[in-house]
Amino acid sequence: MNDDRLIQVTDLKKYYNNGEIRALDGVTTTIGRGEVVAIIGPSGSGKSTFLRSLNLLERPSAGKILFEGVDITSPKTDINKLRQKMGMVFQHFNLFPHMTVLDNMTLGPRKLLGMSKEDAEAKAMDLLAKVALQDRAGAYPNQLSGGQKQRIAIVRALCMSPDVLLFDEPTSALDPEMVGEVLDVMKQLASEGMTMAVVTHEMGFAREVASRVIFMAEGKIITDGAPDEIFNDPSNDRLRTFLAKVL
Amino acid sequence: MICCFDMPAWLSEWLAGIGDEFILNFVKDDRYMYIVKGLGLTLEVTFFAVLLGIALGIICAIVRSTYDKISVEMRPGFGKAVLSFLNAVTNLYLTVIRGTPVVVQLMIAYFVIFASSKNKVLVAILAFGINSGAYVAEIIRSGIMSIDQGQFEAGRSLGFNYVQTMIYIIIPQAFKNVLPALANEFIVLLKETSVSGYIGLEDMTKGGDIIRSRTYSAFMPLLAVAAIYLVIVMFFSKMVSLLERRLRNSER
Repeated sequence: MNDDRLIQVTDLKKYYNNGEIRALDGVTTTIGRGEVVAIIGPSGSGKSTFLRSLNLLERPSAGKILFEGVDITSPKTDINKLRQKMGMVFQHFNLFPHMTVLDNMTLGPRKLLGMSKEDAEAKAMDLLAKVALQDRAGAYPNQLSGGQKQRIAIVRALCMSPDVLLFDEPTSALDPEMVGEVLDVMKQLASEGMTMAVVTHEMGFAREVASRVIFMAEGKIITDGAPDEIFNDPSNDRLRTFLAKVL
Repeated sequence: MICCFDMPAWLSEWLAGIGDEFILNFVKDDRYMYIVKGLGLTLEVTFFAVLLGIALGIICAIVRSTYDKISVEMRPGFGKAVLSFLNAVTNLYLTVIRGTPVVVQLMIAYFVIFASSKNKVLVAILAFGINSGAYVAEIIRSGIMSIDQGQFEAGRSLGFNYVQTMIYIIIPQAFKNVLPALANEFIVLLKETSVSGYIGLEDMTKGGDIIRSRTYSAFMPLLAVAAIYLVIVMFFSKMVSLLERRLRNSER
């Protein structure tokens, strides 16, 4: 299958307590290659659950997710293999504190992609240079600032040469003065054509960088469109209420 | 006399006899060799029992925490049945071993299970190793549980499978967190081997006791044995605190 639909989600559901809580209640959408999709919505709307379902960190209760044409929810699929192509960046960075920055970045390529130490380190250093952190290669995560940690987390994911990057509120745990440096890296990636799905509270980022904005509430996609439509002319009541609160 | 007070008669008598006592207990008939040889056996049994204990402990800890973490989400099938079975075996092992005294376990191992074996050292290693493994398992499990779930997700999201995530990411951090508790367990194990005499193994304690039975003098051999245990434990504690400081590098 060689089309530009990278991820196709069909009627995705995630229930807790036997359906009492419906975190995802029938989500259907498609993410194309090169798209930057911002997912916004009030807390508890299911946007993080949706994102985490895409690489099966959450196992959906029902529905189908195709990644590059392969059904990842099927028991026959080797999810570990597919996750190598889906980078993930977390709110709390989740760098490995017992390893240096360089080891954090080369662990995956060396153990999973079979790269030699030299090749993996060369690639890691290139990526570190891209986020202007090459001088911190030997540092441990706890010696870094929050913004630096998140930039390292992004390049750690990039070391695996993923086809898509999933961001789960990447700037929510940062001090305000560090948000910019992380968003700049994400902007740069977007301009290079990286496919990205970003759960975010940064409306500025969603408006400027995203090619598409999905607004979720109560486990459903309420509206889905270009940033201009979403922000300039919110037709939906719930979207309008939400934007009035966050903008 | 240079001292400014009169020494009590019993003390000066005792001091005068101390040289004779020393010669009687350690020098005559090369009796110190009981302690030297015993020390060798004590260290040998402790060392291999520690290795066995760590191996068993890590395996049991992984089985238990894996069961706690992922059995709920697993689809019914062969994998889940195997995991449930392993978890049940592990729980039985932990309950029985932690619920009975180590001396009894040692005697059961020697006189019942390996009744045909003459190799006391090997039986002692197995008995103490299996005993220690049960405690190490719980220590390491608490270490695994103390690691943030996000570490797990980060490993899995890179594409590592469950076992790889454990080996590369979780266990090294868990090990660092539980190092003080592990060190304590090994200190306990070293001293627990002093009951090896129950199966006639001439460890250091037994060695001291043999001297006592030959010389009818308990003070010197037993204090010498106690002092040697103390020195080993102090040395070991020092090594562990150095290792801890090294491992803490990443936290600065």
